[in-house]
Amino acid sequence: MTPVQVRGEVLSNRRVGEYHQLTLVAPGVAEQVRPGHFIALAVGGETTAHLLRRAFSVYRTQDRGVYGGTIDIVFADHGPGTRWLSQMRQHDSLDVVGPLGKPFALPKEPVTCTMVGGGYGSAPLFTLAEQLRERGCRVDFVLGAATEGRLFGVLEAKRMSQSVAVTTEDGSLGDRGRVTDVLPALLDRTGSDVVYACGPMGMLAAVADLAARFGAHSQCAVEEAMACGIGVCMTCVLPVVGDDGVTRMLRSCIDGPVFRGDRVRWADVGTVPADTWGAPVSEGGHS
Amino acid sequence: MTRLTRVITPDSSRAALPDVDMSTALAGATLPNPVMTASGCAGYGRELDQFFDITELGAVVTKSIMLQPRSGRPTPRMAETPSGMLNSIGLQGPGIEQFVERDLPWLEQRGARVVVSIAGGSADEYIRLAQRLRHSTAVTAIEVNISCPNVDNRGLVFACDPTASATVMEGVRRHSAPGIPVLAKLSPDVTDIVEIARACVEAGASGLSMINTLLGVVIDTDTMRPHLGGVTGGLSGPAIKPVAVRAVWQVHQAMPEVPIVGMGGIRTGADAFEFILAGACAVEVGTTVFNDPSAPLRVSRELQQILGDRGFASVSDAVGFAHHPDGQPAQ
Repeated sequence: MTPVQVRGEVLSNRRVGEYHQLTLVAPGVAEQVRPGHFIALAVGGETTAHLLRRAFSVYRTQDRGVYGGTIDIVFADHGPGTRWLSQMRQHDSLDVVGPLGKPFALPKEPVTCTMVGGGYGSAPLFTLAEQLRERGCRVDFVLGAATEGRLFGVLEAKRMSQSVAVTTEDGSLGDRGRVTDVLPALLDRTGSDVVYACGPMGMLAAVADLAARFGAHSQCAVEEAMACGIGVCMTCVLPVVGDDGVTRMLRSCIDGPVFRGDRVRWADVGTVPADTWGAPVSEGGHS
Repeated sequence: MTRLTRVITPDSSRAALPDVDMSTALAGATLPNPVMTASGCAGYGRELDQFFDITELGAVVTKSIMLQPRSGRPTPRMAETPSGMLNSIGLQGPGIEQFVERDLPWLEQRGARVVVSIAGGSADEYIRLAQRLRHSTAVTAIEVNISCPNVDNRGLVFACDPTASATVMEGVRRHSAPGIPVLAKLSPDVTDIVEIARACVEAGASGLSMINTLLGVVIDTDTMRPHLGGVTGGLSGPAIKPVAVRAVWQVHQAMPEVPIVGMGGIRTGADAFEFILAGACAVEVGTTVFNDPSAPLRVSRELQQILGDRGFASVSDAVGFAHHPDGQPAQ
């Protein structure tokens, strides 16, 4: 895979629950996307005051023949960049960089898999589930959000899985609570071998912990703030333990966004643990 | 499905550019092109080489390298600000040994010219870095990032003090290979940048890189606490461009013979042209790379177009042109 920078064209932009779903023609990008990859979009136009790219995991891709493939992303308009994107109309153009990052690892054997999505974080899990099922895997879903309107893909999950558990914090759909309230029973019942998760950091930390307790591998796609998405700005780092047992501050854009859940030091995200490679020797951090 | 027009990736390389001599002399080194990447915005070249041919640039300026591996600061390390950003990375990097063994050979094999940015916490650390690079054939120039806090001197930033700046530059000059340009990267957060610039030049700096980021703070209005893990951060991007052009202007006016590399918010060829008119003989594109990974090459082409449009036959004819209202270039 080689990321490319292309001028994409908006094919459609529609509301889905409390989110927006944008379909883009992005030749050279869509064809290379695997589940877990993301794209980075410039927002605001050529003279924008918002310089940093916005990163979005790919919901799905589709081959549209001679015009090249399309990419769908799902997002919430919670800032000036995403608000601008939410106003995109058909034929508007967007500067697209992608595909970026390391995708989800797929099992070689037909194992049992659980997909856990928080809010629109569930977006990359559907094409992943399709690929897992093509490999003969059993797939179960757990989707959670604060409210019913912030769930994404419940019906789609039902079409492609053995079971779907839904949680909302206000109880507006499914069980009242969080995904981690229903996950233990599911892992216990299915004997899941792998848990795939995407959502807020706190959710990922709890899911990775539960997966480990039930003897399952976990693959977590993190959401860290990024400026570039291509590995040069060094802002999206988190402490991850390597094969050699050494903790390094890894870039979630290049080394992630998908990490093995047992390798991320979840409790230390937002800090530089003292035993990190190159950590400051004296107290108080780097001067 | 509606019919779509075929999307074509913009490729300015196809447009015929005016005939302008884009080569520039930088304190003894000749670059085929005055546009470089800015330190900390291009890694060690590999990432950007996916988007454009980095050998077409004047040089790749590396992320500042230190003696030891360094983890950098906790997150959040970045905040978007109006036409810019605040960063507090903390010089995360692999240390000079791994850089020399892994990253520098890749750049050399790739055929890129390399300006190595070095950073240290004491004059001795800068000297040891210069010594480690002394015999490398891959180094086109050294940019000395003196905008780090001096651990021996109450954490005061070297570049804020003429004596501390001079000590570092003298040491790096003495321990670097003789014909290699040694550039001092200056901070705008000083009372009189000309005084610091003069101290660096008198200590042996072959040229000056201006400017590094401005110190800033962003408060998160939700948490009501500083947004960055490191509390303060460096402000960069188009927001700081007039400050940078002013610094180049003042120093070129005081010392027109000293080569200046200009940087700070360059987004377009017109921005680069502004720095050259103010007195820079080369420029670096930094934060804009985060917005547009192919920006350095685009800026170079746009600059060539503007120079041609304004009737300049070469980059060197335009250097410092704005200082001469009668239209006569310097000298």
